[in-house]
Amino acid sequence: MSDLPNTPKTTQPPREKHWLTRPETIRKLWFVGIGILALTVVAEIWTHPHPYFGVDGTFGFNAWYGLVTCAAMVVFAKGLGVFLKRRDDYYDQ
Amino acid sequence: MINDFLPPGLFLVIAGLVLPFFKGQLRAAWLLAAPLATLGLIWAVPDGAVLTLGFLDYTLTPLKADALSRLFATIFAIMAFAGGLFGLYQSRTVELAAAYAYAGSAIGVAMAGDLITVFVFWEVMAIGSTLVIWSSSEDGAYRASMRYLAMHLFGGVVLMVGVVAYIMDTGSVAFAAMEANSPATWMILAGFLINAGAPPFSAWLPDAYPEGSPGGTVFLSAFTTKTAVYVLLRGFPGEEILIFVGLYMVFYGIVYALLENDMRRILAYSIVNQVGFMVTGIGIGTEMALNGAAAHAFAHIIYKALLLMSAGSVLYMTGRRKCSDLGGLFQSMPLTTLCGTIGAFAISSFPLTSGFVSKSMISQAAADEHLLIAWFLLTAASAGVFLHAGIKFPWFVFFQKDSGLRPPEPPMNMRLAMILFAFLCVALGVWPEPLYALLPYPVDYVPYTVLHVVQMLQLLLFSGLAFFLLLPMMKRTLTLTLDTDWLYRGIGKQVAHALTVFTTAFNMEVIGGMKHRVHDLVAWVFRHHGPEGTMAKTWCASGMVLWVLLALGGYLIVYFL
Repeated sequence: MSDLPNTPKTTQPPREKHWLTRPETIRKLWFVGIGILALTVVAEIWTHPHPYFGVDGTFGFNAWYGLVTCAAMVVFAKGLGVFLKRRDDYYDQ
Repeated sequence: MINDFLPPGLFLVIAGLVLPFFKGQLRAAWLLAAPLATLGLIWAVPDGAVLTLGFLDYTLTPLKADALSRLFATIFAIMAFAGGLFGLYQSRTVELAAAYAYAGSAIGVAMAGDLITVFVFWEVMAIGSTLVIWSSSEDGAYRASMRYLAMHLFGGVVLMVGVVAYIMDTGSVAFAAMEANSPATWMILAGFLINAGAPPFSAWLPDAYPEGSPGGTVFLSAFTTKTAVYVLLRGFPGEEILIFVGLYMVFYGIVYALLENDMRRILAYSIVNQVGFMVTGIGIGTEMALNGAAAHAFAHIIYKALLLMSAGSVLYMTGRRKCSDLGGLFQSMPLTTLCGTIGAFAISSFPLTSGFVSKSMISQAAADEHLLIAWFLLTAASAGVFLHAGIKFPWFVFFQKDSGLRPPEPPMNMRLAMILFAFLCVALGVWPEPLYALLPYPVDYVPYTVLHVVQMLQLLLFSGLAFFLLLPMMKRTLTLTLDTDWLYRGIGKQVAHALTVFTTAFNMEVIGGMKHRVHDLVAWVFRHHGPEGTMAKTWCASGMVLWVLLALGGYLIVYFL
C-alpha cells in the first residue's frame, strides 16, 4: 500500500467533548462497571463449583485471582522494563 | 499414481503467480474467486492419500487429507479470501501475488503426507512471506525482511537436516506422529518451533510482522505460526516439553506487549502469546487438549486478522502506528472501533465470542489431567490476554486521550473484510457446533454452563479492573524493549562492525604490504626480462658471428696449446 496517502489527516480545532469523554459520564461508567463486577461475584451463589485443585472452588476465586495475577504481571513488566527498555530509535543509531 | 486431484495449495500458489496478468475488475474478481475455488478443491479431496509421486527412491504423498489437515486448509483459504478482500484495491499486486503464494504453500503444508513435501512448501512460505514484507513502504521493512528471511532460512536448514536424518534413520518419508527422542526428531521439532515463534527465537515475529503494509501484516499474522501449530499437532502431539515452551510463550507475549508502544507490535506479541496456548495444548496431548489447540488456531486466525485489520485501517487512514500518537479515534471511526473491539473480546475469550469456545478446552484439558501449575498459569494468562490485548489495544488506539485525529472510516472493501471476520468471531462463539464438527476428535465439551460463564466473566472483568487501577503504570513511552534479537541487531552488529574494521586494517597493512613486495619483484623481472630488458634484447647477426668467431678462435688456441 505504498502509493496511497499515508499522511496524517488534519487535526481539527477543539469542539464540544464527545459525551463518552465527559468526566460525569466516566464517573457513571465507573459506578456501572463496579456494579457489574459485584454482580459477577454475587452470581456465583447460583452456580455449583466443582473444583479440580481445591482453592479454585472457593468463593470469588476467579475474581481475586484475575485481579492479583494481572497486577503482578503489570508490576513484573514494569520491573523488566527498567532493564530492557530503550529509546525506540535504539537500533537505528 | 497421478489422478484428477490438483493440490489445492498448489492451485492457490499458481493463482497468486498469474495475478499480475489481470487488471481492473478482472483482477478483483480473480482475487476473490481464487481462495473460494481453493476452498472448493479442499473439500473435494477425500480422506487418505489421493496423490502419490515417485522421487528418487521414495514415494511422495503431496496430497493427503483428514479432519486435521482439512480444518487448517479451510481456515487458510478463508483467511486468504478475507485478506484479499481487505487489500483488494489498496495492496500492491506483487504483495497480493506473494500473499496468495504464501497462503497456498501453507495449505500445501496442511495437506502434505510426507516430510519432503512439507519442507518444499515450508520454504515457499518463507519466500512468499518475505516478499509480502518487502512490498511494504514502512521505513524499516526491507531490513526487517532480511532479518526475517535469514531466521527462516536458518529454521529451514535445521528442519532439512532433521528431515534427512529422519529419513536415513527410519527409511520412511511419511509425516506422522513422532517422538523427540533422537537428534533427527529434535532437529525437526526445533525447525517447527522456530516458525512457531518459540524461545529463544520469538523475537523474529514482533520484529518483522509490524513492518508489513496495513494489508500485508494481516496475511503475515495467519500462516507461518499456525502452520507451525499444525505440524506440531501432526508430528509431536503429547510431547511434554511443549507444555513448558508454550507456557513461556504465553507469558513472554503478555509481558512484552505490556511494555510495547507500537499498536501492531502489541498484536504481534499477542500472536506469540496465543500460539503459546496452542503449543501448551499440544504438549498436554489429550484428545480434549488437541481439539482445543486446533479449534483455538482456527478461531485465532480470524480474530487476530480482525484485530490487525482494525489496526491496519487506523494506520492506513492516519499514517500513525504508535499508541502515544493515537487515541480518541472511536469518534470518527465507529465501525473500525466496533470491529477491533469484537476482535479484542474474542482474543480475550469473552462469552459469545469464538475464543470462549476454543481456548477453554485447553484449560479444561489441563484440569482433567490434574496439571496444577499449568492450569493456574493458563488461568492467569487468560486474564493477562484481556490485559495486554483485550483492553490495552482498543483503549490506547480508539479511546484514552483525544489525539485530535478525526480520520474517516477506511474504504468499503476494508470495512467489508472487517465486518465478515467480526461476524465470524461472534457466530463461532454463539454457535460453535460447526467448528466442533471439523475438529480431529469427537468433541465432548459444553462451553456454555452457568459456572463457566460466571467464572470467565469474573476473571476477565477483574483483570479489566486491574488495568484501569494500574493505568498510571502503563503510560505509553517512546521506547522499545530489548529481546533476543539484540544478539544480532545490537551486539552482533557491533561485533560484525569491529570485525569489518579489523579485516580492513589487516587487508591494508599485511596483505597490502605483501602485494607491494610482489609488485616490486614483478617490476624487477620486467625490467630485466621485459621487451625493453637487457636479457630480452635482440642481437644483430654480425655481432653474433663475431662472438662465435672469437669463441672458436679462442678454442683453437686452447686446443693447440
